[in-house]
Amino acid sequence: MNSLVHHEYQSVSLEEVNYWYRVAPADLFPVNGGACVKYKDKQIAVFNFTRENNWYACQNVCPHKMEMVLSRGLIGEEEMEPKVACPLHKNTFSLRNGEHLNGDLKGIATYPVKVEEGFVYIGFSE
Amino acid sequence: MKTAIIVGNGMVGYKFCEKFISRATPGEYHLIVFGEEPRVAYDRVHLSAYFTNRDAGSLEIAPRSWYEENQIELISNERVTDIHRERRTITTSKDREFQYDYLVLATGSAPFVPPIQDIEKEGVFVYRTIEDLEGMLTYAEKIKEKKARPKAAVLGGGLLGLEAGKAVMDMGLEPHIVEFAPKLMPRQLDTRSSKVLQLILESMGLSIHLGKATSRILGNGVITGLAFGEDDLLEADMLVISAGIRPRDELGKSCNLKIGVRGGIVVNERMQTSDENIYAIGEVALYRQMIYGLVAPGYEMAEVAVQQILGNSEVIMCEEIDMSTKLKLIGVDVASFGEPYMPAEKGHSIIFENKTKSLYKRINVSHDGKTLLGGILVGDANDYGILHQMYLNGIPLPSDAEDLIVGSRGDGVSAFGGAMELPDTAVICSCEAVTKGSICCSVINAGNDSVKAVAKATKATTGCGGCKPMVTDLVKDSLKSLGKTVKERICEHFNYSRQELYDVVKLREIRDYDELLDAVGSGHGCEVCKPAVAAIFASIYNETANRQATIQDSNDRYLANIQRNGTYSVVPRVPGGEITPRKLMALGRVGQKYKLYTKITGGQRIDMFGALLHELPLIWEELIKEGFESGHAYGKALRTVKSCVGSTWCRYGMDESVSFAIEIENRYKGIRSPHKLKGGVSGCIRECAEARCKDFGFIAVEGGWNVYVCGNGGANPKHAELLAENVTSETAVKYIDRFLMYYIKTAPPLTRTATWLEKLEGGITYLQNVIIHDSLGIAGELDKEMDELVSTYKCEWKEAVNTPEIRSRYSHYINTDEPDSTIEFVALRDQKMPKAWT
Repeated sequence: MNSLVHHEYQSVSLEEVNYWYRVAPADLFPVNGGACVKYKDKQIAVFNFTRENNWYACQNVCPHKMEMVLSRGLIGEEEMEPKVACPLHKNTFSLRNGEHLNGDLKGIATYPVKVEEGFVYIGFSE
Repeated sequence: MKTAIIVGNGMVGYKFCEKFISRATPGEYHLIVFGEEPRVAYDRVHLSAYFTNRDAGSLEIAPRSWYEENQIELISNERVTDIHRERRTITTSKDREFQYDYLVLATGSAPFVPPIQDIEKEGVFVYRTIEDLEGMLTYAEKIKEKKARPKAAVLGGGLLGLEAGKAVMDMGLEPHIVEFAPKLMPRQLDTRSSKVLQLILESMGLSIHLGKATSRILGNGVITGLAFGEDDLLEADMLVISAGIRPRDELGKSCNLKIGVRGGIVVNERMQTSDENIYAIGEVALYRQMIYGLVAPGYEMAEVAVQQILGNSEVIMCEEIDMSTKLKLIGVDVASFGEPYMPAEKGHSIIFENKTKSLYKRINVSHDGKTLLGGILVGDANDYGILHQMYLNGIPLPSDAEDLIVGSRGDGVSAFGGAMELPDTAVICSCEAVTKGSICCSVINAGNDSVKAVAKATKATTGCGGCKPMVTDLVKDSLKSLGKTVKERICEHFNYSRQELYDVVKLREIRDYDELLDAVGSGHGCEVCKPAVAAIFASIYNETANRQATIQDSNDRYLANIQRNGTYSVVPRVPGGEITPRKLMALGRVGQKYKLYTKITGGQRIDMFGALLHELPLIWEELIKEGFESGHAYGKALRTVKSCVGSTWCRYGMDESVSFAIEIENRYKGIRSPHKLKGGVSGCIRECAEARCKDFGFIAVEGGWNVYVCGNGGANPKHAELLAENVTSETAVKYIDRFLMYYIKTAPPLTRTATWLEKLEGGITYLQNVIIHDSLGIAGELDKEMDELVSTYKCEWKEAVNTPEIRSRYSHYINTDEPDSTIEFVALRDQKMPKAWT
């Protein structure tokens, strides 16, 4: 069933957002790390990239083996492209556009994030 | 705009597209690809991998989106049925008609089904597509319900047949390989190497039946066996046919292209068929009266066809096609190159055979002993790369050609100088056809100073990756020739080796990752430097993984080993492998309570699998109450010190190996290092604790301990080397203190002690001088640093369980306490396992 899960995740651009889901206070998130957010049946990985002073969100499922693990991966940057490394096999994905950086897997879906009055919001298009 | 239509979306058809778009001017050509299968092109070479992972996606060569991005029209599930040469069109099974300027036939081949009586039966399969495999899997499940261990016969003992044999074995069936020829892999092996391979395969449980001509398939509608001749039968509940291939040349036939006597569309050296606007490539093409059932020649044909269509008419197919192959067959290395076997009038053979080690090596050399003509390697194909290059480039042989396969003896100098001695024209990466010259040029003239940069510039190593060791050597040696030493840097964010970074951290007393990055690094870090720096902090300050959790490798971040479905395993420390019945029961109780899969590890402890993230602190709270501590199985740290029972119980024991192992394990527990560390203590030279397979080991002898260092099991097993002989336990501990500290301070990240020693100039003698004779004058410092680590140990799980802030990290979601509902387990022998990857 996990293979079906993947198709539910479609990248959302900032312009497409018609609903901002209010997640949790920003200070609950680890510094320079990620956490997983449940929204309806979806699992979204949200990263607090403190060094870059940016927030990113993407699907939590790694497209390689369809496991819900990306939020636990290490984040960093490759030639200033922000990325997350899957904890299972170290596949890395761009946090900006979801592209698989060290191979040819299907990319991951990414979502806009905003922080307002200390709260983290993820943008969806529904 | 011109249109090129490619019929066939297999590996070669895909390669044609890839090469075409990289060479053609965008907008000049429109490419249309037809595939009759519902799937996009996939990797048939690794088809048997599907049995283990059931992941059709991972076999995909490029996703559908790749075709879209490159403006290639991919039409799958629609077969091309006719070619109308006079009007240059094709029609399809859906009655659609398409115009072409160039037509490329890459229809590949179908399995050859020998004309055997009564072969049309239920339970008879061919081995070619994912759908074939799925059919086999379903059928295997069905017959396993009726019978305990059904038998599956595989017709054909060639490459594909043996792969199929492995596949049916993995399905839980009893595998039988049936081959018509008197030997296995008749095209690649001689009789003796076939016998060596047969022994290996039989020891793995495959039955081999050679020289058998199958005359009839038995059974009433459903297969029950094979008949070979009079009274010679083999029972079988399933049959897989992989007896060779037959080119899919129907399209060529129906439009009257020239066809070979035994099939295949005839092509010239430009890959053109008898119609100059129609090309044929891959297994459907008959070139110089041969069909080539390997991927590499197919890729070469694709290259030629692309160049021809784009007007580079000078690029043609070479006359002699290299049919050399190297593969790992069911875990056994098998390789053959050039002329694997040949009559005595063509040259001499040098043969090395050792059946006790399942090894066979043969090289064929010319009569004058100067040229390599071909060879066979079974059991160990490490030398294939260099031998194959010597054969391809006609490199003169050393005076003792035997050294090439048995290794030179005595002086420790290798028989062949290495990759730099190859001519510039030598093709190093055969997938992407990159020569030695272009790799070296990419380093020397274009300034690419790493394997990664060279790979990006030349595409070398980006195919199968088999050439990576050679490319690495070439890059290193080319840099050396420029007078540059190869600067070891841990990643793009720090222009330092691990050893240099260790010194920076220590001297400047830096304690935070961000602080270090700001002081001596650049950018924002990555998954390579973060854990490496975390390990340095741990080694210098004995800081646990809890403080800077997000720079730790994911396992360290949660103090547990992540397993294939995202759950974790828990391994408490059991020093020396000694455990009381009460503690055993405690483990049993916790395992049962949290429904964990339990298994005894190779390191004499107990691994408990399948814990959800939020259960980890609960489990550890109970384990700590029972007196357990973290086993650091998740970290690059000391794992276990394995022991035999020693003189306390054993009648041969010379000393108390268990007591010593417990002392040692407790001494070094919690210490982080560049890679995992394992130790062993044996009570006598019978070595039941396998101490010489460990990073450090002690073996009791009359009057003291022999101390060994730098061994390991794993992918490249290596026996540890003797550091000191017959020393007291105090001295033995002191030496290992210094050894570990020296290794921790100087080894690159993720380098085991054995590899570290290999690269240490002067080897074990140098190490003895540093550790025993204090040649660097650092022994006192090493002793002090180790003492500090030992005296500041604390259990990081205890810290985690008792600190609410750390404990709160153990939740799958940040916005709810629910566990992850996507995790599923299935039953396995009274326990459970993760649901397989789909």
